[in-house]
Amino acid sequence: MKLLIKGGHVVDPKNNIDEVCDVFIDKGIICDVGNDIELDDIESVEVIDATGKYVTPGLVDMHVHLRDPGFTYKEDIESGTKAAALGGVTSVACMPNTNPVCDNVTVVEYIKSKAKQVAAVNVYPIAAITKGLQSEELAPIGSFKFAGVVAISDDGKPVKSAGLMRRALEYADMFDVTVISHCEEMSIAEGYMNEGAVATELGLKGISNCAEEIMVNREINLAENTGTAVHIAHISTKGSVEAIRQAKQRGVRVTCETCPHYFTLTEEAVRGYNTNAKMNPPLRTDEDVKAIIEGLVDGTIDAIATDHAPHHLDEKNCEFDIALNGIIGLETSLGLSVKYLVNENMLSMSDLIRKMSLNPSNILGLSKGSLSVGASADVIIFDAQKEYTVDVTKFASKSKNSPYDGFVLCAKPEYTIVNGEIKVNRGELV
Amino acid sequence: MKKDLLGLQYLPADEIMTILKNAVKMKEIVLSDKKKINTLEGKTVVTLFYENSTRTRMSFELAADYMGAHAANITASGSSVAKGESLIDTAKTIDAMGTDILIMRHGSSGAPHLIAPLVKASVINAGDGLHEHPTQALLDLYTILEKKGRIEGLKVAIVGDVYHSRVARSNIFALKKLGADVSVGGPSTLLPRGLENTGAKVFKSVQEAMIDADVVMGLRIQLERQKSGLFPSLGEYNRFFGIDDKRMCFAKDDAIVLHPGPVNRGVEFSSELVDGASSCINEQVTNGVAVRMSVMEWLRG
Ligand SMILES: [Zn+2]
Repeated sequence: MKLLIKGGHVVDPKNNIDEVCDVFIDKGIICDVGNDIELDDIESVEVIDATGKYVTPGLVDMHVHLRDPGFTYKEDIESGTKAAALGGVTSVACMPNTNPVCDNVTVVEYIKSKAKQVAAVNVYPIAAITKGLQSEELAPIGSFKFAGVVAISDDGKPVKSAGLMRRALEYADMFDVTVISHCEEMSIAEGYMNEGAVATELGLKGISNCAEEIMVNREINLAENTGTAVHIAHISTKGSVEAIRQAKQRGVRVTCETCPHYFTLTEEAVRGYNTNAKMNPPLRTDEDVKAIIEGLVDGTIDAIATDHAPHHLDEKNCEFDIALNGIIGLETSLGLSVKYLVNENMLSMSDLIRKMSLNPSNILGLSKGSLSVGASADVIIFDAQKEYTVDVTKFASKSKNSPYDGFVLCAKPEYTIVNGEIKVNRGELV
Repeated sequence: MKKDLLGLQYLPADEIMTILKNAVKMKEIVLSDKKKINTLEGKTVVTLFYENSTRTRMSFELAADYMGAHAANITASGSSVAKGESLIDTAKTIDAMGTDILIMRHGSSGAPHLIAPLVKASVINAGDGLHEHPTQALLDLYTILEKKGRIEGLKVAIVGDVYHSRVARSNIFALKKLGADVSVGGPSTLLPRGLENTGAKVFKSVQEAMIDADVVMGLRIQLERQKSGLFPSLGEYNRFFGIDDKRMCFAKDDAIVLHPGPVNRGVEFSSELVDGASSCINEQVTNGVAVRMSVMEWLRG
């Protein structure tokens, strides 16, 4: 199928494009980006008028829980990737804390083959660092590389021992596999929300900032000492931003991501025992939110990922302390980021797309995140100003655990194009 | 008519005073030979306790009985979903049996707040996790009013394991609202972060917290806390944070002593203090029944 996107504001940070022009797609590939593209055989071309809208590379979400295999009552590869498409996410990297755990090549193959059959967007498996996520023995990291794994992580849990993490970093570096660390020092993480005045008022045990920061510092020390690369998942505190900023200045090979909830919500959202504001790491304070935004602005934070974590209603509609951690994010990440970062003049659209597409693609070693001629045609079209009200009942995700129901956001993708195929047309799944 | 009593944090001062004033009349009934009024005649009161507490449950059940209600109790062991029926399903079942007042104690902070909007019955929070225990604080306030004649302007020292204490939280919320000066003292490992945001003054020594206090409120220490590294031993706890007659010298001469019970003698309080003239610990128990009657009347009378 030939596709011509006409008259949109094209933003492609990789190629320094930030202007009104046309994009021509053929056979799933970007063929041309330029002014007034003229085509001979215009009848066989589908033309999309993108006047007044942004045209950018599709988003790359490097931190998604698709729950497949094993927890498909929460989400599966089909529903999760449909949610991704609706959110403008054309590539997802999915975390290995499934059942069975993705700690062997068989599960990797399962994910790849199911994705080939049912996925609406590109799916890249992340496999475990340690067998069974048990922090005891390394998983077959070298074999993962050849099975198509893009990164390894024990996400949901930390690698408890510094010694084992050091070995993982050294071993993975040899195969050029990205290591993603979920930073949480468990011995001081026993709690249900951020430690502080709100937790004290609500009578909920608090999780100290230190639980995250101690391990962020540990990973920085290990990466620096061994000369290896490490990616820190979902940072949420001012201390983490500062530690990573300083490490980068010293030349440590550290990258990191944050999530929209860490720059749009604070611990105040927990009041009323709102289990849709319960996640790990927990929502923090205003001061942390400001520091996260500063980190995004000055480049300390490389990427925005969702940590899309679907849970069934019964797992959230219960006592706060036993409610499961996590919120869904695929269908709100672009809207939140445009509204709270771009429309608030914190980031340019180009910087935002860099953090939501090009940078995560680079961290994972993918060739996504650009509109370079010859690249696969993953493109989204959205209006950055047009507002809409979030309605979780309309989500494609099987789960509805979002704290943003009823929020007025903008930039809902009108078109999501994956490998040249239109997956979302006028805001609806095809 | 009010629907629920979930906590004191958001209960206006005049409502608190209404409950306390009405408890005076209830106390007369409790102390009389004919402990029977018909305010709750034909009504059903159910106590649903996920944590054992014979004394609190009995206090509620006697209160209900004196007011002419049917009282039934359910003791649920454990609180995890793994054990089968969810809290929501249990509460809805009890509600469907025609319950008028559901009295809940649960180990999870916020549990009664989850249930209250889902049931027709009035919900009384009889203690939720580390959060609130409003009827205990109301009986403490009642006792203070009875002994001191006022709350405004009094200095109240709350000492001990504040971190794990829902009694402390409910008392702080209410006392501050009613104009008392609240100081809190205890081991720093048992003082939660951000406590000063409640308006209480926080001290790391109990003596400092007790200076010129009109009321000294001790909190029960769970003996197993020592195992989680919060303090080294009960002996050391007593040595530095326990209250005895000597330490009471820091408080005013006519200071009264309160404790939600049961007291660990020789740990939080010395036996001499528990049995001494300043102790109101037994009267608190009587007042508890009166205040709970008053709360039920406030909800359903
Ligand atoms: Zn994680």
